[in-house]
Amino acid sequence: MARTQSAAAAAGRDLLSRPAEAGATRPRSRRRLRKAVELTLLLGPPVGLFVGFVIVPMIFAAWYSLYNWNGFGPLTDFIGFQNYSGVLTGPVFHQALLHNVIIALLSVAIQLPISIGLALLLNRRQHGRTFLRLAVFAPFVLSEATAAVMWYELLQPGGPVDALLKGVGLGGLIHYWLASTSLVLYTVFVVATWKYIGFGTVLLLAGLQGIPPELREAAAIDGATPWQATRTITLPLLGPTIRIWIFLSVIGALQLFDLVWIMTQGGPANASSTMLTYQYVNGVERTQWGYGATVSVVLFVISFVFALVYQRYALRRDTAGAVTRAVV
Amino acid sequence: MTAASARLGRRPPRRDVIRERRTWLSLPASYLVILVVLGLTIAPMLYMIVGGFSTTAQLNANPNALPHPWVWSNYATIATSSLFWRAVANSLLIAVVATGLAVILGSMAAFALSRYTFRGREGVYLLFVVGLLFPLNTAALPLFLQLQQMGLNDNLLGVALPEAAFSLPVTIVILRPFMRAIPGELEDAAIVDGATRIRFFLGILLPLSRPALITVGILAFVTSWNAYLLPLVIFSSQDHYTLPLAVASFQSTYTQDTARVYAFTALSMIPALAIFIFAQRKLVGGLVGAIRG
Repeated sequence: MARTQSAAAAAGRDLLSRPAEAGATRPRSRRRLRKAVELTLLLGPPVGLFVGFVIVPMIFAAWYSLYNWNGFGPLTDFIGFQNYSGVLTGPVFHQALLHNVIIALLSVAIQLPISIGLALLLNRRQHGRTFLRLAVFAPFVLSEATAAVMWYELLQPGGPVDALLKGVGLGGLIHYWLASTSLVLYTVFVVATWKYIGFGTVLLLAGLQGIPPELREAAAIDGATPWQATRTITLPLLGPTIRIWIFLSVIGALQLFDLVWIMTQGGPANASSTMLTYQYVNGVERTQWGYGATVSVVLFVISFVFALVYQRYALRRDTAGAVTRAVV
Repeated sequence: MTAASARLGRRPPRRDVIRERRTWLSLPASYLVILVVLGLTIAPMLYMIVGGFSTTAQLNANPNALPHPWVWSNYATIATSSLFWRAVANSLLIAVVATGLAVILGSMAAFALSRYTFRGREGVYLLFVVGLLFPLNTAALPLFLQLQQMGLNDNLLGVALPEAAFSLPVTIVILRPFMRAIPGELEDAAIVDGATRIRFFLGILLPLSRPALITVGILAFVTSWNAYLLPLVIFSSQDHYTLPLAVASFQSTYTQDTARVYAFTALSMIPALAIFIFAQRKLVGGLVGAIRG
């Protein structure tokens, strides 16, 4: 909407200024040259930085991925797609990918409803609202490293969490949170939820504030219960924000590294590995740079395919929202 | 809906009654929920801070007792160590350079992409938008290989430049609609008054875009401040460690000295929390703007 309007306005301006241009003393070609110079000055540095540090590394990664290379000396050992078949057929990589997918699905199934609930609560006028927002958002501001170190300490066997459970008579629930192969992935998920719930909440809160309160008031006059109004008015209007959150959340889950690496290094026995911990172990620690670059390319392609599919089937319907408008 | 409209015939409810009925969770219940949430979000951080005042022996004996007596030595040793302050300085330097570059270059690009018409404009925009899909972590290893070639390895710029580049997409995606929404009449008026477009950009558009600039600045700063994988791969010498790297390495070095690890972790939380408390209102405001477009 806003886009078509401003485009029309721009077109209108062009039409209006054209006669003036023709009669102007300054020749048109000089104006055009000036515009070209301005655009080059304005766009050159950002495009240069972006291409140099975002696009070029990915192109290099694709190139390195075709070689068996330990980082020293020139690229000589060309092995074609051998790295790719190594990554894509390896059970350890499959396991890591599965963990990423599980985290992504759990995020949507569990974090999203919690975020929506919290956003609805925080959107109400009540005492201490600002403080509450701060409190909910605070974990998001901590670095992943700090959060991971903190939870690593809290979850030590016999540590604060265990002592707390014992103290309230739930000692039977105590487990090896970070050392049990069947539990560790879910422990990581809970910590990730603690860390990221504030972001979802603030994003949804911003979306809620974009919904005119008159709509709910009108529904209330029509006799809708508060719950009905929430379900049939607020949530559908929140749709675009929710879809953006899902998008960001899945992309984030595919890139999960910092929390896992500090708390478990992907262990025990790869039970909490992710694609990026797999890359770190096989690429960086074993200095198999060609193989590590291959994992980057695979991760890149998975993210890209997800983005395309998601855009095609979920985001296309949205007309509002910066991210969606950009992708559509 | 029809049943609801039928009821409309009755006397309309007073406005304050409507306000009352808009809530679907009773007030005491909502306070209870909020208290639980507060406990879950804040308590772990408070625990770290308070635990830093214990001794490791106390923590081993009973992790959940209040410090007795309160000891300052953990915090004092760390707050006077060069290890901590060097990490803070490195993080700050990198974040300032990355944020500055992202905001300056991002606003230039957003200006060109919002207020000029030229062939290929949407193509350039799309190029940046595609960058939204790739958080820094995806590219850490390829970046390491590239920076090695450029001789920027183990160099603060080697982290700051990529971080700025990876912050450009979100900066531009937020700034462009914002700049676009500023009325064209302002620009026409400035031009009529003899200003060039660049002067309009610097003198009028940028000051008007302040709320959005603050939002993107905070986002870029936080991204850089929290980055872990890229500095982990790039920095080999401890002298360059940023705060996240320092926290993680401190923990693995002093595994047995729990109280000191608590204190270090607690101290490392303070800068980010302080910045956030200072900036939160602006951040939420800016996000609202970005979502409304």
